[in-house]
Amino acid sequence: MSRMNLLQAVNNALDTAMASDDRVLCFGEDVGVFGGVFRATSHLQEKYGRERCFNTPLVEQGIVGFANGLAAQGSVPVAEIQFADYIFPAFDQLVNETAKFRYRSGSLFDVGGLTVRAPYGGGIAGGHYHSQSPEAYFAHTPGLTVVVPRNPHQAKGLLLASIRSPDPVLFFEPKRLYRASVGEVPDDDYELPLRQAEVVQEGSDITLLAWGAQMEVIEQAADMAGKEGVSCELIDLRTIVPWDVETVVESVLKTGRLIVSHEAPLTGGFAAEVAATIQNRCFLYLESPIERVTGLDTPFPLTLEKEYMPGPLKVLDAIHRTMDF
Amino acid sequence: MKTTRSTAKPVHKPVFANGDDIQIPVFTLLKPDGTAYAGAGKPTLDEATARRVYRAMLYTRVLDERMMAAQRQGRLSFYMQCTGEEAAVVGSTAALDDADMIMAQYREQGALAYRGFTTDEFMNQLFGNERDTAHGRQMPIHYGSRDLHYLTISSPLATQIPQATGYAYGQKLAGQGHCTLAIFGEGAASEGDFHAALNMASVHKVPVIFLCRNNGYAISTPVTEQFAGDGVAARAFGYRMQSIRVDGNDILAVFEATREARRLAVEHNEPVLIEAMTYRLAAHSSSDDPSGYRSKKEEEAWHKKDPLRRMQRWLIDRGWWTEDEERELTESLRREVLDGMKQAEKRRPPALATLISDVYAETPPLLREQLETLKAHIVRHPEAYPRSAPWLDDSTEKEGQA
Ligand SMILES: Cc1ncc(C[n+]2csc(CCOP(=O)(O)OP(=O)(O)O)c2C)c(N)n1
Ligand SMILES: [Mg+2]
Repeated sequence: MSRMNLLQAVNNALDTAMASDDRVLCFGEDVGVFGGVFRATSHLQEKYGRERCFNTPLVEQGIVGFANGLAAQGSVPVAEIQFADYIFPAFDQLVNETAKFRYRSGSLFDVGGLTVRAPYGGGIAGGHYHSQSPEAYFAHTPGLTVVVPRNPHQAKGLLLASIRSPDPVLFFEPKRLYRASVGEVPDDDYELPLRQAEVVQEGSDITLLAWGAQMEVIEQAADMAGKEGVSCELIDLRTIVPWDVETVVESVLKTGRLIVSHEAPLTGGFAAEVAATIQNRCFLYLESPIERVTGLDTPFPLTLEKEYMPGPLKVLDAIHRTMDF
Repeated sequence: MKTTRSTAKPVHKPVFANGDDIQIPVFTLLKPDGTAYAGAGKPTLDEATARRVYRAMLYTRVLDERMMAAQRQGRLSFYMQCTGEEAAVVGSTAALDDADMIMAQYREQGALAYRGFTTDEFMNQLFGNERDTAHGRQMPIHYGSRDLHYLTISSPLATQIPQATGYAYGQKLAGQGHCTLAIFGEGAASEGDFHAALNMASVHKVPVIFLCRNNGYAISTPVTEQFAGDGVAARAFGYRMQSIRVDGNDILAVFEATREARRLAVEHNEPVLIEAMTYRLAAHSSSDDPSGYRSKKEEEAWHKKDPLRRMQRWLIDRGWWTEDEERELTESLRREVLDGMKQAEKRRPPALATLISDVYAETPPLLREQLETLKAHIVRHPEAYPRSAPWLDDSTEKEGQA
C-alpha cells in the first residue's frame, strides 16, 4: 500500500499497464516529456521511450482517430484529451467510429483496446471550458463504456480494468480531486469491475446515487442528514454506461427513496435515465418522487460557480423534501 | 487530371514532391538593435500611428506584469501574458481599419489596448464583477468588445478561424470594404478547424487574414513535435493562398505585411496567411512553469530580441520618442492599472439572475423555475453563498433578469 493522490494513482495505473503489456501506448497533447498538464503521465516517456509515450500535435479529432486505428491494429492506446471540454472535436471519431467499429463489421474489426482519458468537472474556477461534465452525451451512444472513479484506489483499479476491457472506454477523471483526494492504493496490479455500482455506505431511509467528484458531495450531505436521524444509503455508479440497474433497484426497493446527483445540467443528464428506469422497476415501492440535484440548465459559470454547483446543502435540501413528502 | 490551375502535365516516371524545394523567407525590416536593414526602404508607419502602437505595446507589457503579480498574490484566479508577442499583435491590428473584425485566441490583449479598451474594461472582465459585460461567466482574459470589433474569446482552440472566414464572407457581401483578422497560435493551427478555414477562404474568395503567432511552443510542445513541414506558412500553398512569413518581433515588418495583406483581402478578395515568427517570453499561463520544457539560455536569447526594445530604439532614433517620455508613461500606466485593479476588486459580483440570462434570447420557463429554486435555497443558507446572498433583495437584481 502507498498513500497517493488521484493523479498519482492514475500515473501508477498507466505505469502498471505499460509495464505489463508492451502494446500499451500513452499519448496526447503535452503528454511526453512534460508528463501532461496535470502530470498524469509523468516519467512514462522516460521509462518506456518516445515510441510508447509521446506528444501529439494539437488536434483532438486526430488523437482519437489515430487511437482508433491503433486499436484496430491490435495495439492498446490510452489517449489523453487534455480537458473533457476539448473532447468535442473528436466527437465524430468517438460516436460514429469508436462506438460502432465492432457492430458495423460483425466483430471483424473492433477497437476494444482503446481507452480515452479526460479530466472533467467543476469546482476549480475553470469557467465554461474547464469545468464541464460531458458523460451524458456519450452515455447516449451504445457501444461506448463510460467510467468515472471517485478516489485514488478506485482510479487505479478502474483504469486498469478499462485499459484491459474488450470494449473501448471513456475514462473521465474528476480533476477537482486530482490532488485533493488522497488515500491508500495497493502497489500491485489489480482491477476493479466495470459495469458494477458500489454501495459505499448502507442505510435504510433514502438512497443517494452519484459518481466521481459528486460522491464526496453526497457523502457530506449524508453526514448532515445522519445527524438529523436520516439513514442514507450511498451508491457510486462508477460505470455510467452500461449501468448497473440491479444494484440501484435493490437499494431503492429497500429505502423507497432516491436522489440522483450530478454536476452536468438537469435536462438530459444521466440522472433522468436512472430516474425513468427506477420508477419503472420500483413504482409501488417509492415513498416519494425521485429527486435530481444537478447543475442548472446553463453553460458552466465562473464567479457564481458555487451557486451553480449541486453542493452538499442542495442535496440536504432534497433529502428534506424527499423525507417530508 | 484537371486541377484548378491547368491540366496537369503527364510524366512517365513516378515523380514525388514534398515541398522542400520551396523556401519561404522571413520578411524583416528592423535589425534587433532597432536600426533598419539596408534596402528596407522608407517605412509606411507614420509618427502618430507609431506612437499609438508603441503606447499600446507598453500598456500591454505593464498590464501583464501587474496582473501576473496580482495572480501570484492570489488576487486573481488566472492570467495569460502577451509578453514577447506585442509587435505581432499590435502591429497587425494597427495595419487594419479600426472597424475591421478581430477574432483572437487569448494572448492578444495588445489588439484591444490599441483599439482603446479601457483599464476599467480590462479589470472588470479580469475580476468577473458586476460591470463585466459577460457577467463574470468566463475565466480571466476572455475579453470581448462589440464597439471595438473584437469577438469575445473562447477557450476551445481554433474555433474562431473558420468563423473568421464566414464573418469575412459576410463582410464581402455587405460591401463596406471591411475584412476580418483571425489570430491564433501555431499549436492551434494543427486543429482541423484551421484547415477548413483556409480551404473555404480560398474557394469562396474571402477577405480574411490569418495571422499565426508562431511562438515556438504550444504549452510544453515545441514546434518540432507540432509539425514536420516548413512552419505554418507553407500550408497556404495547398489551398493556393497568398502566404508570407514575417519576423514577428519586428514592428515595421508586421505592420507592412499586414497592410499589404489587407489590401489583397479587401481589394481583391484574396485571403492571406501570415506566419509571425516570435517567442512567448513568459510562461504559457499562470498555471505553467516553463522550466520543465525549455532552457533559460533559449529564453535569454529571445529576451535580446524583445520587440518593445527594438521599436523603442527605432522611435528614439527618429526623434519620435524620448527616454523621459517612456519613464513618465510607464509610471502613469502602472498607476492607472493599479488604481483600476483596486476599484474592480471592490465591485460586487454579478447579479444572481445573470446565471440564467443570455442562454437563450428568451429564457425558458424551466430555467426561470430553476433560478427561483436556487434563490429559495440561498435564502435558507445565506452563509454558504457569500457572493450572492448579500445582494438577493437588492432591486438591481432585477436588471439581469432575462
Ligand atoms: C480544442 C482545445 N484543445 C486543447 C486546449 C488546451 N490548450 C490551451 S492553450 C494550448 C496550447 C496552444 O498553443 P498555441 O496555439 O501555440 O498558442 P500559444 O499558447 O503558444 O499562444 C492548449 C493545448 C484548448 N484550449 N482547446
Ligand atoms: Mg504557440
